[in-house]
Amino acid sequence: MRNNDLINAEDSRSDIERQIAHRNKKNKRFKGVVIGATIISTLPLLFILFYIFRQGISAINWHFLTNLPKPVGEAGGGVANALVGSILILLVSCIIAIPIGIVIGIYLSEESKSKLAYYCRLAVDVLQGIPSIVIGIIIYEWIVRPVGGFSAFSGSLALALMMLPSIVKSTEETLKLLPESLKEASLALGVPYYKTMMKIIVPTGLGGILTGVILSIARVIGETAPLLFTAFGSPFMTTDIFKPMSSLPLIIFNYATSPYEDWHQLAWGASMLLILMILILNIISKIVQRKWKVQF
Amino acid sequence: MESAILKVRNFNAFFGESHILKNINLDIDKNNVWAIMGPSGCGKTTFIRCINRMHELTPNATTSGSMQLNGEEVYEMNPVLLRRKVGMVFQRPNPFPTMSIYDNVIAGYILNGIKLSKQQKDEIVETSLKRAALWMEVRSTLHKKGTFLSGGQQQRLCIARALSMNPEMLLLDEATSALDPVSTSKIEELIHELKAEYTILMVTHNMQQAARVSDKTAFFYLGEIIEADNTKTIFTNPKHEKTQDYIRGHFG
Ligand SMILES: Nc1ncnc2c1ncn2[C@@H]1O[C@H](COP(=O)(O)OP(=O)(O)OP(=O)(O)O)[C@@H](O)[C@H]1O
Ligand SMILES: [Mg+2]
Repeated sequence: MRNNDLINAEDSRSDIERQIAHRNKKNKRFKGVVIGATIISTLPLLFILFYIFRQGISAINWHFLTNLPKPVGEAGGGVANALVGSILILLVSCIIAIPIGIVIGIYLSEESKSKLAYYCRLAVDVLQGIPSIVIGIIIYEWIVRPVGGFSAFSGSLALALMMLPSIVKSTEETLKLLPESLKEASLALGVPYYKTMMKIIVPTGLGGILTGVILSIARVIGETAPLLFTAFGSPFMTTDIFKPMSSLPLIIFNYATSPYEDWHQLAWGASMLLILMILILNIISKIVQRKWKVQF
Repeated sequence: MESAILKVRNFNAFFGESHILKNINLDIDKNNVWAIMGPSGCGKTTFIRCINRMHELTPNATTSGSMQLNGEEVYEMNPVLLRRKVGMVFQRPNPFPTMSIYDNVIAGYILNGIKLSKQQKDEIVETSLKRAALWMEVRSTLHKKGTFLSGGQQQRLCIARALSMNPEMLLLDEATSALDPVSTSKIEELIHELKAEYTILMVTHNMQQAARVSDKTAFFYLGEIIEADNTKTIFTNPKHEKTQDYIRGHFG
């Protein structure tokens, strides 16, 4: 039996042509399988998105975005406080997580072989694997209980902890890819080390670092479990980060687990809002990646 | 009267265990141009990187022996101050990718936080680029990114960047190896011109260039200085067999 995939030295021209046609057909079949598998695995995702949009679109309007939740039985009501809460909580998380994450990332890329870097990397990996509900409980035990009350700030701390690993990782990976000659160029001009890092290395890697930051925001924006133990939720509009505060995932959780049909509707609306925000964050990260790409 | 601006005594450099520079002794006089020559891998780059202490940035890289700049021990100086006095152009061009051509030239001022008026900046940029023979090509695109230039243009940009800081000593690591003959001869003219103010060490594989622009030549072989003398003497009457072979092109 001869193998149809192999061309032998003594094959005639027509043999070779036949074999090449056979291979081309095989390639096409393989490509078809790959495309088919991709479509099949993407379909459920598209279906989920479609379903949420269909359910949510009717709930979303100006009233929904600018009004507070109404008590049971009253029609209408919105998610204004949850929207403001989500943004505020995330803002504070960013203020906490971004500087710390970038500094750790710089350290890991600079001293990548040191003992401390080894343990630090290990800690970051473990932190990345800790379930969000556990982080919620830890913050509850360490902050909420001692302080004696739920607060948006404690929620921000929990989310910041969750953002930290991906900011650290993306900073480290981005900076490691920068050529050594860049740092040398700056140092050779008599620029001190810290200025070289802050004015040359970090700005050159900014695109990659920001992409990591944005994706980490997209990752925690829908986190519910840690907020249940910390920010807790509130029916009022509040901007005091040391008080309990509402947020989109919390409102989804509360509305969706209620027995009332019109509240379910609001939960769908909030879900869609959340997904829209995640979509926008992802698009922004793509733009940042492309626009701020540094060419050497 | 000539006075040695750089005195190197029993100087050694290592990468971890491997001994790269062996017992180097050299006196560099003020306002001289030195050509550093020798076969690939003999330690030319390592030597000039030791002078502005870039060598020690490589993990496990160490040195021993003495090196004095104007009588001050280089390895006891603050490296930041040392590097402002000793400018360097690297073997591979390395402009700052986030900066425009204009900002690249005055990067040393920007990064060190030295305040300049717009007029001073314009002046420094123009003279430095003119000296580096790049001005005519980039005068209308000064605000484009430096990395959009060709390799040879980038190299001249790096030369301009080093010149803008007015160092006492300039280290050029094969600065013209990527340049066309016209820009090469412009850089050589520049070196001639700069001799009045600066002391220059240039690594080069181009013997005609060494003969044209340098006063003195040091010939490196396997990490040692085999011969260091007036360029004329080295080229017309080399004492050492290895130097003769190299100059006649007998090296592999
Ligand atoms: N980072 C490094 N780690 C270990 N060894 C190195 C390192 N850089 C250079 N070397 C070694 O040091 C020796 C001298 O290298 P150097 O770059 O100084 O040579 P060179 O004379 O500049 O050569 P070329 O003309 O090719 O540029 C070489 O044998 C090289 O293998
Ligand atoms: Mg070299």
